[in-house]
Amino acid sequence: MIVSQFLVIAAALFSLGVYGLLVRRNAVMILLAVELMLNAVNINLIAFESVIRSSQAVGQVFSIFVITVAAAEVGIGLAIVLLIFRNRRSANVDDFNLMKF
Amino acid sequence: MASRLILAAEAGAPDLVSGGFFAEWAGIMLVGPFVAFLLIVFFGKRLRHLGAEFAIGAMALNLVWASVLFVQNMSHGIFREVNVQIASIGVFDGRDLVFELGWVVDGLSIMMYFVVAFVGLLVFIYAVGYMKGDVRVTWFFASLSLFAGSMLILVGSPNLIQLIIGWEGVGLASYLLIGHYWEQKENSSAAMKAFYTNKVADVGLILGAILLGLAIGDFSFAAINEAAANHSEPLEAVAFAGGLLLFFGAMGKSAQFPLHIWLPDAMAGPTPVSALMHAATMVTAGIYLMARTFPVYQNLVGGEAAREWMVPIGVITLFAMGLLALVADDIKKVLAYSTVSQLGYMMTAVAAGGYTAGLFHLFTHAFFKALLFLGAGSVIHAVHSNNMSDMGGLRREMPRTFWTFVIGSLSLAGIIPLAGFFSKDEILATLDYEGYTAFMWVAIAGAFVTAFYMTRAVALTFFGTYKGHGHPHESPALMTVPLVLLAIPSVIAGFLNIPGVSSGNFGNFTTWVGARVVPMGDHHPEALDWTLAAYGLAAGGLGIAIGWLMFGRDAESQAQRDRFEVPVLYPLLRQKYYMDHLALGIVGFTKGPSARAVDWINTYIIDGIVNGVGGGVRLVGRFVYGTLDQRGIDMIFNGVSAGADTAGVALRKLQTGRVQQYAMGFVVGALVLVLAIAVFN
Amino acid sequence: MELFESGWGLTLIVFLPLVGALVNMAIPKTNETAIKQWSLFVAVVTFVLSLVLVFTFDYANADRFQFEVNESWISAIGANFHLGVDGISLPLLVLSTFVMVLAIIYSWDHWEEPHNPRAFLSLMLILATGMNGTFVALDLVLFFIFFEVVLLPMYFMIGIWGDKSMRKIPGFAKEVETRLYASIKFFLFTLFGSAFMLLGFLALYFRSGDFGPRTFDIPELIQLGTSGAFSGTFAFLVFGAMFLGFAVKVPMWPLHTWLPDAHTAAPTVGSVLLAAILLKLGSYAFIRISIPILPQEAESWAPAIAVLSVIGIIYGSLACLAQTDMKRLIAFSSVGHMGFVMLGISTLTDVGINAAIIGMVAHGLITGMLFFVAGSMSHRYHTRDMARLGGNQKLMPVMGAILAFTAFASLGLPGLAGFWGEFMSLLGAYNPLESLRGEFLGLFRTAMVLGAIGTVLTAGYMLWMLQKVNLGEPGEEWIGHDFHDADRFELTAWVPMIILIVVIGFYPQVVFGATTDAVVSLVDTAFGEGAATTAAVVDVLGS
Repeated sequence: MIVSQFLVIAAALFSLGVYGLLVRRNAVMILLAVELMLNAVNINLIAFESVIRSSQAVGQVFSIFVITVAAAEVGIGLAIVLLIFRNRRSANVDDFNLMKF
Repeated sequence: MASRLILAAEAGAPDLVSGGFFAEWAGIMLVGPFVAFLLIVFFGKRLRHLGAEFAIGAMALNLVWASVLFVQNMSHGIFREVNVQIASIGVFDGRDLVFELGWVVDGLSIMMYFVVAFVGLLVFIYAVGYMKGDVRVTWFFASLSLFAGSMLILVGSPNLIQLIIGWEGVGLASYLLIGHYWEQKENSSAAMKAFYTNKVADVGLILGAILLGLAIGDFSFAAINEAAANHSEPLEAVAFAGGLLLFFGAMGKSAQFPLHIWLPDAMAGPTPVSALMHAATMVTAGIYLMARTFPVYQNLVGGEAAREWMVPIGVITLFAMGLLALVADDIKKVLAYSTVSQLGYMMTAVAAGGYTAGLFHLFTHAFFKALLFLGAGSVIHAVHSNNMSDMGGLRREMPRTFWTFVIGSLSLAGIIPLAGFFSKDEILATLDYEGYTAFMWVAIAGAFVTAFYMTRAVALTFFGTYKGHGHPHESPALMTVPLVLLAIPSVIAGFLNIPGVSSGNFGNFTTWVGARVVPMGDHHPEALDWTLAAYGLAAGGLGIAIGWLMFGRDAESQAQRDRFEVPVLYPLLRQKYYMDHLALGIVGFTKGPSARAVDWINTYIIDGIVNGVGGGVRLVGRFVYGTLDQRGIDMIFNGVSAGADTAGVALRKLQTGRVQQYAMGFVVGALVLVLAIAVFN
Repeated sequence: MELFESGWGLTLIVFLPLVGALVNMAIPKTNETAIKQWSLFVAVVTFVLSLVLVFTFDYANADRFQFEVNESWISAIGANFHLGVDGISLPLLVLSTFVMVLAIIYSWDHWEEPHNPRAFLSLMLILATGMNGTFVALDLVLFFIFFEVVLLPMYFMIGIWGDKSMRKIPGFAKEVETRLYASIKFFLFTLFGSAFMLLGFLALYFRSGDFGPRTFDIPELIQLGTSGAFSGTFAFLVFGAMFLGFAVKVPMWPLHTWLPDAHTAAPTVGSVLLAAILLKLGSYAFIRISIPILPQEAESWAPAIAVLSVIGIIYGSLACLAQTDMKRLIAFSSVGHMGFVMLGISTLTDVGINAAIIGMVAHGLITGMLFFVAGSMSHRYHTRDMARLGGNQKLMPVMGAILAFTAFASLGLPGLAGFWGEFMSLLGAYNPLESLRGEFLGLFRTAMVLGAIGTVLTAGYMLWMLQKVNLGEPGEEWIGHDFHDADRFELTAWVPMIILIVVIGFYPQVVFGATTDAVVSLVDTAFGEGAATTAAVVDVLGS
């Protein structure tokens, strides 16, 4: 089986995610971009697993982990965005630099 | 003087007995005063005499106890040592290295027990009268008891460790009592000076104890002395250094030149304190230490070499310090310098090899010097001043004080047949026998000076007309009875050790203090050498005569009496022979330039050095703290943290708080890494 | 008793205070009496348990670890829950539980702002767990944890209840609050040392794998160490790393600068615990860990330690002479006294190490007392400036007498506890370990002489302080003030310490009875059979 197609698709997906992360100004869109990147990683994991076929199905297990973590991350991330939106009436990341010292 | 017969040192271990009940339980004497101390502190205030009862009770018990031992020891020498191990601190050559507390009962310690108890009891009784109405009577007697206990711990010590405990214990008591009136700064400074000078000397004592103790793995005097008697190899190796170090310790306590400076200042304490501690007992601790470790100095080559350094110090002390007594106006200072000078005699004697001679002088001196101090205290009590310029003519108002004071002075001046004559004569004989002829002459000259200044003190205090204020009265019986009781031994104590005279079974002072675990091996005269005695007597008589001629006459003021250039005196002496002229020159030189020079040296150089060192050390301290510590070492650590602080200020500008800029950083960094891998692979 | 000996005793002594602290949290903050009573109860129980330890301890086998408990803990790295006490740690453990009781009694109605006894007492109890644990831990990981646990409560005690005045620190632009500066300095300094110490521990752990299973166990490491397992540059560096960690805590010159600040800024009880117990953790660690595990390195480091100790003695005393702040003076005196302790340790002899242990116990009692009194005085006068104090003996006779007593104890008056440590470390320095007598004999004997001179300087500043603070007439500003003399809580806390100072002074066997056998066997195992002998050196000073 040829892995490279999957890797190419994953790389494309990841690059899209990075692009979105860097240029989007809306916090929700940034979260979506992060999701893209995570899923690119998932594709990679499954693709490699199908080649290596480890006895404990490490690739699948890890991708499930990633999915779980991503879900949790989106949950917390959206909650933060929502709170910020309520307080600032804006979801534009340029408008807030709360983490500045 | 070569005709004098001197007995060779006795050989073989002395035949000693263990002394029975009183020796076995002699420790009660050591503990008693401490019990009294606690009782006084906690219950003293409730009693009629504010706690003096306890102190006197303990001392009375001690006197009885010590007297029994003293008498027992007369008929048969006692040696008994009781030890309690208080610490086992390690291993030495397969044995345990231990510290012990306990008590030793032998000729030397019995003599000291007796002196401390006898003089102590009389001084305590005297102090009840003297200190009446004082601000801190209770504390005064508590401190005195603390002193008595520490002193007994010191003299009863079977080993160097306990000796050090007692040694610094008496130092502490001395500090407390000199600074009894600590509201005035000069008193607390005097107390500090005394403690501090002694602490400097204690370095020698402690290091000496370490050297000697670790040479044989045992700190007990019996072991050290026996090893010394057997010429132990390891002990011999440290004998010179160890001996000198111990001597350095003794120099502090026994006020040897140049560590004598604390003693005159110590007169800031109440007079009974001066009598008991700074004349009779505490200051003799150094002499006692030398006597206790005498075999180290006597039997070992290194020890003998050390003695060669000790004798001159003793001689300088006895002569130069005596001169200083000539210029003091404070009667206690006169006595203080006199004490230093007499301690010089004792030290000279012991250092020259005269174990018995030194101790005998210690014994007699304790009585007459305590007597003189208490007499001075009685006078001070009456005229409310320490200065002789406020006294004069007191012999009529204070006859008992006067007569006892005169007896003490004559005894101190070495007039036959008083106690001081015999003890001083024995020191001269020892110096002569051991070949220190030049030093012997200095000692004789010292006797002249002694007689001279005592005559001056007596004349200025008791003769002429009264120059002070108010009407002085004789002191109460509580104070005069101790004077009389001290005058008795000041007269007769000398008979205890007339060379060659020994009362049958009871021996004499020589055999009493010779009851030691090893023979001391010193030499003592077999008969009184009248030639030598005549020199000593002549010096004393001359001193009295010239002193009387100069100071006996009354004048308008004490200052006029107390001057060498008294106009009436000059022509009178001019008519005499050349000898008188010479004597006058000597006197003038003695009293004038040389005494003043010594005084000047004392005040500006030695004291100056001490003060300078004190101040200098403070300055060094400030430098170390201010410059080295705060601006040096601490600055390094502060600098590191301040640097971190500054770096933080600079670097925080990079932190914009914009997430996407950070993300950009990640991505760029990741790309650089990927590129780097691509390129380098 | 069975349970006690099977290890529960030590576990209780260590963790009971921690449990007590947790229970404290459950008591309402307003019910201060209950909090105080409970804390005191816990401390007393801990102390009684340690007394049971004292009376059931087998002194004939003082060199062996007793009441041991050794359970698997973090099996992945082979760290065990290993506690045990021998003659060396026993006196220090008892000192720690003892001082803790007195500190709680003292603090009964002495609260610094911002008050809050619950938090303060809880911190003290946590501190007790750390201190007790350090003295009985026989596993390096456990030791490290306890050693570090001590930091936090002390950090908070200084930082929250400490001196609130502002200070200008050279190098910093703005004035800082004394307590913040001191607490952070204390924390960072110790943490800095601990980092190296941990590195050393880890290095030992990994190297021990060359000779069997890797281990953090101290007795096992001692066995490896004495059989020569650790040597060369490796051992030299490991010793150096641990040295840094321990020396900061002691503190040795020149790593001492946290100490005066921490002591001065800390609340009274904090200073007392800091002086009485915390400083001992470092020197104890030298005896427990550094010397037996790395004996050869101890020999090569010993001269350097001796030199630093002597510098500390002289330097500390000189710095004392320049102080105007009473607490700071006492703090600097600790540098000098701990110098004597380290000088004793550096001789590597039975006498020297014994000197160090009794020095630690004595310093704990005496300097603890000094800080108690200094704290009580500054509580009343609201100043620690010695230039303003004076005539204290007149205003507060009992307090003044106790201060004088303690000052004399501190300057090493024979017959009081402080003397033995000083005297014996000089004794040890005269004849150091056989292998150090070659080229370093002169150095150690010079150290002895300088140490002896240090005692003179010590006497100097103590007397000077007494004169300034205690004697003379009270200053104008105090006239008319009504000072209450030592109260019953103060006396209850102090009298036991005073009695102990006298008892140890006249009968030091109460300490040596436990330590000597253990120390002799420690020296013998570390440096070969028969090394623990202070045999005569037949040569004179210098030759």
